[in-house]
Amino acid sequence: MKIHEFQAKELFANAGVAVLQNRVATTPEQAAAAFVELGTPMAVVKAQIHAGGRGKGTTIENPAQHGVQLVRSAEEAQEVATGLLGKTLVTIQTGPEGKVVNQVIIEEGCDIARELYLGIVLDRSNKMPVLMCSTEGGMDIETVAEETPELIFKEHFDPHFGLQSFQVRKLCSQLGITGTSIRSADKFMRTLCNLYVDLDCSLAEINPLVVTGDGELLALDAKISFDSNAMYRQQDIAAYRDLSEEEPTELRAGEAGLSYIKLDGNIACLVNGAGLAMSTMDIIKLHGGEPANFLDVGGGADKSQVTEAFRILLSDPNVKAVLVNIFGGIARCSTIAAAIVAASKEVGFEVPLVVRLEGTEVEEGRRILEESDVAIITATDLTDAATKVCAAIGA
Amino acid sequence: MSILINKDTKVICQGITGGAGTFHTRGCRDYGTQMVGGVTPGKGGQDVDGIPVFDTVREAVDSTSANATMIFVPAPFTADAILEAVDAGIETIAAITEGVPVLDMVRVYEVIRESNSTLIGPNCPGLITPGECKIGIMPGYIHTPGTVGIMSRSGTLTYEAVWQTSNVGLGQSTCVGLGGDPIVGTSFIDLFKLYEADDQTEAIMMIGEIGGTAEEEAAAYVAEHVTKPVAAFIAGRTAPPGKRMGHAGAIISGGKGTAAEKVKALEAAGIEVAESPADMGTALQRAIAKSSNH
Repeated sequence: MKIHEFQAKELFANAGVAVLQNRVATTPEQAAAAFVELGTPMAVVKAQIHAGGRGKGTTIENPAQHGVQLVRSAEEAQEVATGLLGKTLVTIQTGPEGKVVNQVIIEEGCDIARELYLGIVLDRSNKMPVLMCSTEGGMDIETVAEETPELIFKEHFDPHFGLQSFQVRKLCSQLGITGTSIRSADKFMRTLCNLYVDLDCSLAEINPLVVTGDGELLALDAKISFDSNAMYRQQDIAAYRDLSEEEPTELRAGEAGLSYIKLDGNIACLVNGAGLAMSTMDIIKLHGGEPANFLDVGGGADKSQVTEAFRILLSDPNVKAVLVNIFGGIARCSTIAAAIVAASKEVGFEVPLVVRLEGTEVEEGRRILEESDVAIITATDLTDAATKVCAAIGA
Repeated sequence: MSILINKDTKVICQGITGGAGTFHTRGCRDYGTQMVGGVTPGKGGQDVDGIPVFDTVREAVDSTSANATMIFVPAPFTADAILEAVDAGIETIAAITEGVPVLDMVRVYEVIRESNSTLIGPNCPGLITPGECKIGIMPGYIHTPGTVGIMSRSGTLTYEAVWQTSNVGLGQSTCVGLGGDPIVGTSFIDLFKLYEADDQTEAIMMIGEIGGTAEEEAAAYVAEHVTKPVAAFIAGRTAPPGKRMGHAGAIISGGKGTAAEKVKALEAAGIEVAESPADMGTALQRAIAKSSNH
């Protein structure tokens, strides 16, 4: 689960991780008032969306308006806020359709001596969280990892014990942080690592991490995402969820207990099991088609779930055919076949429907499909299914 | 021989009185597994179809000599259930539950690593030695006793692989579902060691997916240490980056964990990789044929 920069900074501030003062504004007038309240000669107006690259990004409405802009007066703050609020910001991470900006923050200016990178992720290989730092702050860290990996320094830490001070000193030595800044680094890094564990984060990224002219470390940007599996025990964090940032069909599917990801193609799929669902997308592509989505209907594919799944799939105007691929284990093919027939009647199909069933009670399942008065193209194995659905759209 | 479980394995079910626990305990028992007990705190003294229920795993083990457990405990309590099983000395732990917080698994893994227990899962279908012992939710009837070891991060995709291999006349020694989460108790490498040492296993099939580097690490291990023929399939060639594809562990992040990278690493290690999911059985046949030509 993702949250906005201003929410991440709120969490940081509450935990004692150093951030700059900021105010949230949802109207240009609020932005002007915020500038005055902050009382610094310069401030930065930043669009709040769940995507990075805002500084370089621009709005569709005005290609001269970037997502992050320095301002020197309340009037300027108001002007920039006008140029961002309600507009669509396109960045390298949003895709060409961009994201609508519903709020901005006005953040006090600061005296930046250096920009570093700091991030915490789960190292799946070592099965522990790892703190990564780099002298290349403000840049795309993936490029740094690709081109100059020796500039990324890592310290793994045990969630029980947290990051140790000796690890901070090692990192400071590698990053060229010296003198009294080391004390600031110790507080910053160790508090952040504790926050990562306490709040069940999956990613905590600060790019750039700034060393000020006074030698203090603070987070100029903050990006946090959380382990969805842990949200049941992080009720306060769950409240930060911004539904307007999520894809509406993916949201709707989640509410129905379906796992759904929208893609760009025109062949929709409905499958039981994530691995099999990915494989179904893969085999469609292999046969010259383009999958429209990933959909895992899970173990309990009953009539109401299949109906809702079909509605969701068909709400995508790009869809020209639907492929259902079910391997029934505990779930019986007969039950699923009956659900498919009932659902397709209720929803009303105007595009070809190809169904491949295998597993428990498959003969009965196939019989139900063939004898139904719904136009269903039945397939035997995976290759047959992919061939038939691609042929149905003329791919 | 098989690996990890066989007809002599004695299994308990933690969470036996819950809906899924009861249903699958019956499923395993009907398959022929020795289901000897169950654990639900507070329900000790009850029984499920005559299978005794205990309050603690320690009591269950003392009474039944169980050496394996199938865990159907809800996600908030799964880590605790796993640790309880380790503490009671259970050798093989299959945690079926999906939704366990990843930081819980970081802590559990530290304990598992230092213990004598093998943890399969979480978020997995379980494991099965066909004809002898089933611990999990997989449909028993699609399996045939044989010589192929199958290990997979997936559930229904594994059944597809088992189905294809059975259809080309290749039965299975033991099938293990590793689980779909970013941190699981047993890796491909752990299982390669067991399959390589097992007399009954003559060929090995691995089914991976996007996310993490488990397949790449396994490929390097195979190149150095595995002599038996190996075939593989990687799901998710068409998955977009940054999106969680159902499984918590199936996510391409920071450019890492793509299917293309995994396939490249596996092929470099001499592993026969199926290009299509319809091709898993035939990829295995090719691996076996290639190996017998040497």
